[in-house]
Amino acid sequence: MSTAGKQKRERLTDAQLLMTISICIFVFMYAAAMIFMGGGFLKTQQLFDLLNDNAALIIISCALTIVMIGGGINISVGGVIGLTVMAGALFLNAHSDGGPFSIVLTFLLAVGIGLAFGLLQGFLVSHLEIQPFIVTLAGMFLARGLTTMLSVNPVSVSHSDFSALVKTKIQIAFLGYTAKNGNLIPAKLEIGAVTAVAVVILVYLMLRYTKFGRNIYAIGGNQGSALTLGINVRRTRFYSYLISGLLSGLAGFVFLMHKPAGNASVAMRSEMDAIASSIIGGTLLTGGVGNVIGTFFGTMILATIQKIIALSPLNASWWQDMASGAMLGVFILLQSVVLSQRGRGRMGLPSWLKFRKE
Amino acid sequence: MSVPVKRKKASGLSQLIIPLVALGLLLLFNLIRDPGFYSVSIAVNNAGNPVLSGNMISIIDSASELAIIAMGMTLVTAACGGQDISVGAVGAIAGAVFVKVVFAFESITAGALLAGLAACILGAVLFKLFNGTLVAVFRIQPMIATLILYSCGRSIAYWINGDATPQISSPILSAVGMTIPGIPVPTPIFLVILTGLLMMLLFRVTNTRLYTQTVGINQGAARLNGINPVRIKLLSFVLLGVCVAVAAVIGIARLGNLSHKTILADIEMDAILAVAIGGNNLGGGRFRLSGSILGAYIIQMLTTTLYAMNVATVNVKAYKAIVIIVIVVAGSPVVKARLSALLNRVRPGGAAGLRGVS
Repeated sequence: MSTAGKQKRERLTDAQLLMTISICIFVFMYAAAMIFMGGGFLKTQQLFDLLNDNAALIIISCALTIVMIGGGINISVGGVIGLTVMAGALFLNAHSDGGPFSIVLTFLLAVGIGLAFGLLQGFLVSHLEIQPFIVTLAGMFLARGLTTMLSVNPVSVSHSDFSALVKTKIQIAFLGYTAKNGNLIPAKLEIGAVTAVAVVILVYLMLRYTKFGRNIYAIGGNQGSALTLGINVRRTRFYSYLISGLLSGLAGFVFLMHKPAGNASVAMRSEMDAIASSIIGGTLLTGGVGNVIGTFFGTMILATIQKIIALSPLNASWWQDMASGAMLGVFILLQSVVLSQRGRGRMGLPSWLKFRKE
Repeated sequence: MSVPVKRKKASGLSQLIIPLVALGLLLLFNLIRDPGFYSVSIAVNNAGNPVLSGNMISIIDSASELAIIAMGMTLVTAACGGQDISVGAVGAIAGAVFVKVVFAFESITAGALLAGLAACILGAVLFKLFNGTLVAVFRIQPMIATLILYSCGRSIAYWINGDATPQISSPILSAVGMTIPGIPVPTPIFLVILTGLLMMLLFRVTNTRLYTQTVGINQGAARLNGINPVRIKLLSFVLLGVCVAVAAVIGIARLGNLSHKTILADIEMDAILAVAIGGNNLGGGRFRLSGSILGAYIIQMLTTTLYAMNVATVNVKAYKAIVIIVIVVAGSPVVKARLSALLNRVRPGGAAGLRGVS
């Protein structure tokens, strides 16, 4: 018991190290952008915009981190966002005179769709022991197919109360800047961004301090020992998928609040961005290692790269893709080197690259 | 990955039962729905040559790329215990290299096409070796290692071709992509058979099959027995690279152009599904190529059936997802164990009979 606890604590330290690296890289990258690019990067609004634009991505990255720590994978999150956005947009249009109550119903609809996907996938993965990759791949197909069944054409929301909600922004005056004509323009933060940050904090607390959270690390680290220690592996895995489904539904609603329009290609391929964010933040796909704060910074790193390239002369979509890909490669190799240098973890380097013998 | 359940060890052929039943049910379903589905006729194409046409021919023809890639994917899955999600993107790169090299010649001759094919295979193998090195030497999970090229591969293809979607047409290419004049059967079918035969030859003549399975089941034990796991994993990626290059050339020959966005689009997901439907363990180890090939044809059969039922192209995914879920549920270890327990109880002299004696 005591050795198991000790070992686990060391493993978490690994995750914290990887997380620290990703935070440092984000800070350095942002500082470099401030120095060399100047302009928008000197304003607080730029940082807030990164949060505003990527709120949904941050939430699904958290969802993926939970599942990945438990040793699974969920690639249906992007599809679920697409489905909830489309369903929400259609629902709001059908109840355009429904007032604030219809917004509450839309929220419940979004979360309900997410929960339904989580429930189905969780059952198939935990109770029927089907490979999570295949289950969630089918889930992605299902969600994308249902989205186009609802509507092939783009649907934009025309609902007065919801439009008011979309325009509602939290204004922070002292972080704003003075425009050329002398007006003070406050920094604006969207509700979705605040939600995303709240989700990160809640998931962090859940993983760190609740029994359920610790159990997820246990089943991801070593399922056999978790079982012998009396952890209900099936139930833990089931709930991890349920929570990731719930978070994807929530992310769909946040997306709808950011861009109130449904479209068949909403959040296309965002599941891979979410996986990349988790990995950059120090989560291992093998399970048992990970940290949601790192995931948050992983998303911010990817978002910052995209922003820097969009503002640079290399503004072409393929440069963005290549830079993100190269960044991901660097991080993956870095993780491999760091973990093997510390002489533990299953990732290792060949002997000629090792700094010390195990 | 899964909670251990007492189950009988699968013998070689029993793995094929579920895919065969699924294929049989699909065939039966089509027979009841519309017997005309199976009609095959000889039509004359634009060039004045006889061509077989009919739903079954089109199913077998259009599943060719998928079947070829599924073979390579099976090897990677078996050796590395993970899947390559960059096959579509690397296919786009290989296609771009092919077109680039062919266009470097003054006219599109057989020699130019052969040089293009050689360069295309070389390019695909090099990119796959990059993936393979990350997986075998740096021991990174295959899905993560291939995520890099998944996210930036198509952009690299676009960049190689200088921001264009080139048109390429020649009688030889159309003979590869459609039919050879005088032979009414589409050529890609022969290429699948050829690839399959070459693979079979490889397994017969060398120890590749045994070694791949050994590395997939227990890497440490394989190393102790004198097998170099790194070399075996790299070999599986090289073979996948060749498969991808061949599939890319078929794809280009079929359409007469190269669009970096649509060539082999989403084929990585279908290939992984084919491997899973074929009853192969996605965690590595034992494999049957025939299962994966069968899986590829099931997926194509399903798609064509849905088209024949006038399901809109965009909605096909949802129905596909449901059928996939049914197939994987039927193949899940828990359901299998329950079913065999039920059969034992029903069958006289089974477990129930023994219990009665004791």
